[in-house]
Amino acid sequence: MSVSLTPLAAAAVEMRDIRVQFGAVVANDAVSFTVAPGEIHALLGENGAGKTTLMRVLAGLLQPQAGEIRIDGKPTVISDPQLARRLGIGMVHQHFMLVETLSVAENVSLGLPEVRRWFPKMGEVAQAVEALGARHGLAVKGNALAGELSVAGQQRVEIVKALYRGARILVLDEPTAVLTPQESAALFPVLRSLAEAGTAIVFISHKLHEVMALTDRITVLRRGKVAGTLVTRETNERQIAQLMVGDDVTLPRLSAVARPAAPAVLKATGLTSHDARGVLRLNDVSVRVAEGEIVGVAGVDGNGQQELAEAVVGLLRVEAGSIRIGGREMVGRPIAERIAAGLAHIPEDRHRTAIFERMAVADNIVAEEVGAQRFQRFGLQSRGAIARHAERLVKDFDVRLERISQPIGSLSGGNQQKVVLGRALSRDPKLIVAVQPTRGLDIGATAFLQSQLLARREAGAGVLLISTELDEIMALSDRIVVMFKGAVVGVLARADVTVERLGLLMAGAS
Amino acid sequence: MNGAEAAMAFVERYLLPRSVLAGLVAVLLAFAAGAGLIALIGLDPVHAYASLFEASLGSSNGLAETAIRTVPLALCGIGIALAFRAGVFNVGAEGQLYIGGIAAAWAGTQLAGAPQALVLPAMAVAAAVAGALWSAIAGVLKQRFRADELITTIMLNYIAIYFVGYLLHGPLQDPASPLAQTVRLGAEARLPVVMPGSRLHAGILIVVVVAALAQVYLWRAVEGFRLRAVGQNARAALNAGINVRRMVWTGFLVCGALSGIAGFSEVAGVHRRMIENLSPGFGYTAIIVALLGQTNPIGVLAAAVLFAALQIGSTTMESAAGVPSALTTVIQALVVLFLIAQNALPRRKAKPAGAA
Repeated sequence: MSVSLTPLAAAAVEMRDIRVQFGAVVANDAVSFTVAPGEIHALLGENGAGKTTLMRVLAGLLQPQAGEIRIDGKPTVISDPQLARRLGIGMVHQHFMLVETLSVAENVSLGLPEVRRWFPKMGEVAQAVEALGARHGLAVKGNALAGELSVAGQQRVEIVKALYRGARILVLDEPTAVLTPQESAALFPVLRSLAEAGTAIVFISHKLHEVMALTDRITVLRRGKVAGTLVTRETNERQIAQLMVGDDVTLPRLSAVARPAAPAVLKATGLTSHDARGVLRLNDVSVRVAEGEIVGVAGVDGNGQQELAEAVVGLLRVEAGSIRIGGREMVGRPIAERIAAGLAHIPEDRHRTAIFERMAVADNIVAEEVGAQRFQRFGLQSRGAIARHAERLVKDFDVRLERISQPIGSLSGGNQQKVVLGRALSRDPKLIVAVQPTRGLDIGATAFLQSQLLARREAGAGVLLISTELDEIMALSDRIVVMFKGAVVGVLARADVTVERLGLLMAGAS
Repeated sequence: MNGAEAAMAFVERYLLPRSVLAGLVAVLLAFAAGAGLIALIGLDPVHAYASLFEASLGSSNGLAETAIRTVPLALCGIGIALAFRAGVFNVGAEGQLYIGGIAAAWAGTQLAGAPQALVLPAMAVAAAVAGALWSAIAGVLKQRFRADELITTIMLNYIAIYFVGYLLHGPLQDPASPLAQTVRLGAEARLPVVMPGSRLHAGILIVVVVAALAQVYLWRAVEGFRLRAVGQNARAALNAGINVRRMVWTGFLVCGALSGIAGFSEVAGVHRRMIENLSPGFGYTAIIVALLGQTNPIGVLAAAVLFAALQIGSTTMESAAGVPSALTTVIQALVVLFLIAQNALPRRKAKPAGAA
């Protein structure tokens, strides 16, 4: 699949056979990657494919265990980020690195010795910044406060900052993830103008249509390896999608007792919601989950899956639509009522949204059911009953700890997740909403969690599985709902699923 | 992050003693530093401290005075502690105390002549409700308009104090007196003395009961669990189906009610009328008391006793040993600084399983 490349000139960056290993996980395995001056080169791949790791190597933040880096043809060891800057490597991170209370000019020149420590020449910097911006169509005001700018404005500052610091090699980490479509459309001419001026640009993304529209070449990473390098003009979205997902995916056997006629545990219809910036996040979304069915929601990160989950569990108020859990209308009803109706939620960011770090493991285990009859008498907690329940759960889910009274924050991450999982599943839930349930888990824990979900399905629970891991979605789902830009663009029965169809739907191609 | 959240994070990181021992160490260090200051002005620290504690703890009358002073500090402190536990940075106890005081005095004068068994509970309820409603202003501003309670509760303190001042200079002023105060309350509107021969009134019993109830509420009751859960991680609490808004309301209302009752106790137990300077900053000192007590009701009561003893002994220390009574204010402030200093030290690796 890979295309032999003819470098346009001496490559600005040439990374050869880069290997990075974290413990047992190989994040980059013999990855080679080249960018020529004036080229916009896309780095594509699913979450965890190794894109960020590779760029951290280039930025001097990580040292590879093997491989070679050449900058302008010269072998170089990028030992630290300062050296990377001197070599002309500039990064625009997904989460901006701006001091919000400082002006644009101050942010741009922060830490640069040539601006002088005492009485810095901020007026000159501001002028230079504005001139630099004007040259490439980047509207920035040198004296504006960084914190008062819009997200797109802050991003422009980040780009100008990199240029002001002499970047000839510019890495943009998912720059459009935070932008509206209109703002993205305004960014592309800027990047082209920079490329025409000779800047080498690495464009990290997983939005295929943007990559097709903007870039010269595309390197696809999959599970730490280069799946292929393509010339954009000579390829198409379908080919790229296939490279991203891999054509070697085989469906593990679900003991396929498909029960399509079973009553619905979740029936969501016509869900619509805009975010605080007025962007449409859920566009008339309807999803049905039957008893004993796992419905996977596939899609590139940020296409409304998160919002769908939040709407179902009650964290997000929808503007229109209906959500029925076990036949009862839940729009506008509190979360406690949904839990009582049999909802269990395995949230994505467990640390922030699921655990109470300084409270005891036992307290965390009963947090969702603290008011239940079996755990209280006359409003006072029944400690014996709580302890017995906690001990049983800890045993069933193999949580490694000293005692259930220790703060959950003192457990390892994997064990914290087992507590969250056990809490959700031990209630014999009718509907499980699992959002990226295996993200950050090692292989053993992933297998355990997936087998638990399958076991719940066997027991008649419905599962709404939201994941950006296509392997996971395809392995576990009876049906797959594909979301794109907040809308359901396809529903595939298990028998009809092919990687190609899935990839095309995810990319928004019809 | 708004101001209240930032302040809350700061409190959790720096101001809460890590253990009872850490709190005691901070107090001892503050006294040691205070001793250094006394020596610096050429006086004898041992003599000064001896006279201080002699006056506040060394006689039955001193103990009674310390107990009297404990009442408002502990009531406000427990209210603040419960608010902090719910993640509500309510620092409006001072104003809530004034509003409670004026409400109690008003109820007491309205019911003049009625039986004591009716008047005193009515005054207490009026004070609690008024204090809670005053606190609810900040509650509405936070829950509806997301206004920062750190700011609003402090501003409401000034509004309360000047509003009460207006009432005492105007509609509620004793017509027979040139002073800004209400009429003297009748015998039926006074808290009974519980220690014959002293001024110690039944407010101390209220404190003991409140501390015990608050302790049970916080650590045994289902509602207390919800309150702590919301204070620790509001988003996770929401996810777990806990009614976060209700618990935040609890934080505002309980603090207001208890501070209001503190005002009632000062009016009905000490001054026998509402006066303009009812509180020398009880509501502010109570913040330190709440923190030093690890926002644990029993701990707060202990911290309140300590601070009350300091304040009661300070005048005697000045007259007997010549040390300015302001030194006790310095010591109170030093306690806070030493708490911060302790918490700023690098943490020793925690023993597995919260051996605190």
